[in-house]
Amino acid sequence: MNTSLLAVPVVAPILGAAITVLVGVRRELQRVVTVAVLSVMVVVAALLLARVDEHGHLVARAGGWTAPLGITLVVDRFAAIMLLVSTIVLLIVAVYAMGQAGEERERVSFHPLYLVLAAGVSTSFVTGDLFNLFVAFEMMLAASYVLITLGGRPDQVRAGMTYVVISLVASTLFITTLALLYAATGTVNMADLAIRLGEVDPALRHGFSVMLLIVFGIKAGLFPLFFWLPDSYPTAPGPVTAIFAGLLTKVGVYAIVRTQTLMFPPGRGGADWGDDLLLWVAGATMVVGVIGAIAQDDMKRILAFHIISQIGYMIMGLGLFTVAGVAAAVFYVIHHIVVKTALFLVAGLVDRRAGTSRLSSVGGLVRTAPVIAALFAVPALSLAGLPPFSGFLAKFSLTDAGLASSSHAIVAVGLGVGLFTLFSMTKIWTGVFWGDPDTVPERTPQTDDRFGGPLPMVLATLCLVAVSVVFSLWAGPIHELSQRAAVDLLDSTGYIEAVLGGGAP
Amino acid sequence: MSLLLAVVVAVLFAAGTWLLLQRRLTRIVIGIGLLGHGANLLLVTSGGRAGRSPVLDGTVGDPAQYSDPLPQALALTAIVITFGVTAFLLALGYRSWQINRDDKVEDDIEDRLVSRRHRTDGPEGPIDDGDPDTSEFEVGEGQVS
Repeated sequence: MNTSLLAVPVVAPILGAAITVLVGVRRELQRVVTVAVLSVMVVVAALLLARVDEHGHLVARAGGWTAPLGITLVVDRFAAIMLLVSTIVLLIVAVYAMGQAGEERERVSFHPLYLVLAAGVSTSFVTGDLFNLFVAFEMMLAASYVLITLGGRPDQVRAGMTYVVISLVASTLFITTLALLYAATGTVNMADLAIRLGEVDPALRHGFSVMLLIVFGIKAGLFPLFFWLPDSYPTAPGPVTAIFAGLLTKVGVYAIVRTQTLMFPPGRGGADWGDDLLLWVAGATMVVGVIGAIAQDDMKRILAFHIISQIGYMIMGLGLFTVAGVAAAVFYVIHHIVVKTALFLVAGLVDRRAGTSRLSSVGGLVRTAPVIAALFAVPALSLAGLPPFSGFLAKFSLTDAGLASSSHAIVAVGLGVGLFTLFSMTKIWTGVFWGDPDTVPERTPQTDDRFGGPLPMVLATLCLVAVSVVFSLWAGPIHELSQRAAVDLLDSTGYIEAVLGGGAP
Repeated sequence: MSLLLAVVVAVLFAAGTWLLLQRRLTRIVIGIGLLGHGANLLLVTSGGRAGRSPVLDGTVGDPAQYSDPLPQALALTAIVITFGVTAFLLALGYRSWQINRDDKVEDDIEDRLVSRRHRTDGPEGPIDDGDPDTSEFEVGEGQVS
């Protein structure tokens, strides 16, 4: 069939990045290219999702080399869902960045970097090769290193150092793990690894499982490995922070879900302690993240700590290792990408409007900028898990799955953390939107004050909030889709046959 | 021979880790470099015994005599990536030196503020000194469209 469609998410953004470099000085042309490329990616991702949902896995073999030899690109339902949601978010945030006076305007390098980041993210979703996943991660991270320090302000340089060094350590660990995996099995193709890992010593397999968990856990911000995240994310330019918060950690979660379900399924000679390990990690991640958030005084940092606690929920779904649990995790991931990005976009609007995002120095925005307040309220309540928003549905299905496999402790932790999340959101609300507007520093009124900011920024935020509302309206079909994705994930034979079987390309 | 390589890898990892735990960025960069070398060497070693160069030059022999080309290709990719990122890290260190005349990796400002608040005053105490401007915007930023 038409597998060439599969190469688009990898090739298009790289080509786009090259073109945006060539037309460097013409900012309008750069914008046209970026929006065009990302729109094409959204369409292709939607087509891929429709195809995959109907016909099952789609496999493309790069250069026509058959599976264990060449690099394969594989899309299953989970990958297609992630691809679609992430490209939509990338497109919306690109528009937001164009409305903002900041790095996008001043620097030629913003657009190429943004597109390379997009390439890295989408390649990580479609690749079926562990080393290619490493390369995709590096693409994404190299772009993110530059984006996070774009501007070269002192706090950015300080935060950038932490971020770059910790990411490099994770990458080095990744290479080490790859080397050991290759030495033990002689392959880096994920489907092939899934088969051959079944033949190696169980103790060795546990070791690989944990090493990959650590590698991806650093990127995802899991419990003992999260400390770099709240320090580094908030210092980047607004839209960059939003995309990092929404996507980068979720790429880590995707990689964890992919490798743990495909290569280390439970019940094949005892990854049994591994399941419990994941649940413990999930619980600790939730609790530590939310407690960290309570101590903060800066809106962006509160939100950054909440990324961590939310990652815990996704890992909890995976840790249950049931269809319901993994389905809930899939739903949670896509809900969270949209909602978290929207919240950071609002934080950017607040920052622009009030000159700071510190709770102690902002106030009264509900009167001076009601649009921003409304845009904050929906995703904030959704994040806290209040009905009828998508966060409630995500948490509900997760709780349901947890009770079904009688993991009561983790369910209790999840619900308690949800309460604290609500507390944090209320804290932001009272700090930023209520209170005395007098504390806001003097500023000259601007023509766009009526909307709360420049129109592209506000509209982009509105779009993203609308997407999150769509999630709650269409929760039924989307949840069924995640259920089908979870069935695929837990029964890896389909994936393995699609990649290794079939013979000729 | 493999034992020698294993020992070299171990030494590189140990030295790299120790340097990574230092506070100066220059040492950290060197540490990252050593760690990267260790990982790449491990990657090459994972191909098994060294053999003839994996180029088919007409003298077709036993395939087992050739060394495995895949880890070499992987290591090459990894080396290029490590090289690029190390260069970026050095640039970052230079920028840090430009700003601070120092390349020490500092604690996070917010972390310091939060811990100071905990030490010095009650639950509602304002932070009156050293309030950093975390905004990327000037207050009252000019016309935007």
